[in-house]
Amino acid sequence: MSELKSRRLTVRARTRFTRWDLVLAMVLVLAVAGLLWRASGVFSYKWAWSTVWPFVFRFDELTASWVPNLLAEGLATTLRLAFWGILAASLIGTVMGFARVSQRLVFRLIGTAYVMLIRNIPPVVFVFVFVYFIASQIMPTLALGDRAKELSPALQWWVSVFFGTPKLLDNFLLGLLCLSVFSGAYVTEIVRAGIQSVPQAQIEAGNSLGMSQADVTRFVVLPQAFRNVLPPMAGQLIQLIKDSSLVSLVSIQELTFMAQDVQITTQRVFEVFVFTGAIYFVICFTLSQVFASLERRYARALK
Amino acid sequence: MESDIIKLNGVNKWFGDLHVLQDVDLSIRRGERVVICGPSGSGKSTLIRCINRLEQHDEGSIVVDGIELNQDTENVAAIRREVGMVFQHFNLFPHLSVLENCALPQIRARGASRDQAEAKAMEYLRRVRIPEQASKFPSQLSGGQQQRVAIARSLCMEPKVMLFDEPTSALDPEMIKEVLDVIIDLAQSGMTMICVTHEMGFAKKVADTVVFMDAGRIVEKAPPQQLFENPQSERTKLFLSQILSH
Repeated sequence: MSELKSRRLTVRARTRFTRWDLVLAMVLVLAVAGLLWRASGVFSYKWAWSTVWPFVFRFDELTASWVPNLLAEGLATTLRLAFWGILAASLIGTVMGFARVSQRLVFRLIGTAYVMLIRNIPPVVFVFVFVYFIASQIMPTLALGDRAKELSPALQWWVSVFFGTPKLLDNFLLGLLCLSVFSGAYVTEIVRAGIQSVPQAQIEAGNSLGMSQADVTRFVVLPQAFRNVLPPMAGQLIQLIKDSSLVSLVSIQELTFMAQDVQITTQRVFEVFVFTGAIYFVICFTLSQVFASLERRYARALK
Repeated sequence: MESDIIKLNGVNKWFGDLHVLQDVDLSIRRGERVVICGPSGSGKSTLIRCINRLEQHDEGSIVVDGIELNQDTENVAAIRREVGMVFQHFNLFPHLSVLENCALPQIRARGASRDQAEAKAMEYLRRVRIPEQASKFPSQLSGGQQQRVAIARSLCMEPKVMLFDEPTSALDPEMIKEVLDVIIDLAQSGMTMICVTHEMGFAKKVADTVVFMDAGRIVEKAPPQQLFENPQSERTKLFLSQILSH
């Protein structure tokens, strides 16, 4: 309580720019300048950014208009993966997080097995195993892509806005499922830590006031857990966006996959990947800011 | 209407090998004010936590307002709505304002509308003399103020019995009085209450009955004058000499 107050004060005090910060900044600038000067001697490269732009948008002769090309389409897929992935991973993580702390052994076992299985294999290996052995069996059975094609044009339009073109729907959902199941395991652990960070006394207080277990969970435990895990959760969801590039390994046509395509076509490794990196940075940085403002809002409420 | 609002019969409880409550029999009349005292580890807190089932007893029966506490969650919920509890460490909800702390349980457990709930919350906040703190968060209040909010929050549920689990033990000395004054007010208004406390002055002033516990047993039960001035058991005498000697 008062401890929290003093921590906020020290954070504020630390933001002052002192003499030592100036010295450090100057050393840093000199080091970078020196490095660039050394590099310019050995590194000669003719940047050709103009080769990248047509792959973002191209001029379509038939309709005489600009249409998105590979990189813009890849970006759209990445954004869709990020949006649905964050929702799905949060949902899986919340359900599994509660399973991890459940009174029932079966739920605890399911939650623990899920987390342990995913946390202890490398992400790349997980993607291959999941896609080739599991999802390639499930997705064709569901045949959601084919079903989407039978929808009315208006509905098809909505589907294509939220999930991409029906032609690639199975492909997209496969990537999404893979990413959500993978990230969900890490979210599970964060949710578990959050639930356990709320003191038992809070639950007792809610119980003693006659509130049902569900109400105590919803109105007492979850809001406090959510606030406590906001920083690690922000990190994990930003990680999810970056991890979405992993599914390019199994031909999900998101930004990284498209970038590789364009890079092979143009032989312009630096331009294509510097551009791709910048886009990821903008997306992740935006999300960081959103979380930072959420944290500030909660900190204000606690002041 | 039966005159005993709480009846404990042959209650036993173990924490592992530790026998924390041993054959406890206790009846409490409507309107009776009971103070439970005894050395730490004597089972005082466990006893009152059994009454609203924050702990489960292993043997015997506990009947509150005609309802027996058992595995039936409906019974447990019904009893918890009638029994208010104030904790040593307040246990306010830190993410909610004082007003919301008092309103939320009424809305969720009593089905009150938000307007009704907030009106009643303000009524009881006035009664514990801190209506002006309604929009603040618990962490902005002193310990004494937080404990008074906790009392108001319980009273908002209009309980028939109030349980106090060492309500002043976590407070700085200068805040103990403001909290005790509120509890004394409440006692004088006729509320049935059971209070675990080491405040002997408070016990003398408001209690109808003082219960002395040691090692999980009720050693002695008597009106305050009798228990303090003429204790029957050696164990009670020893305890009283220790806490009253300084």
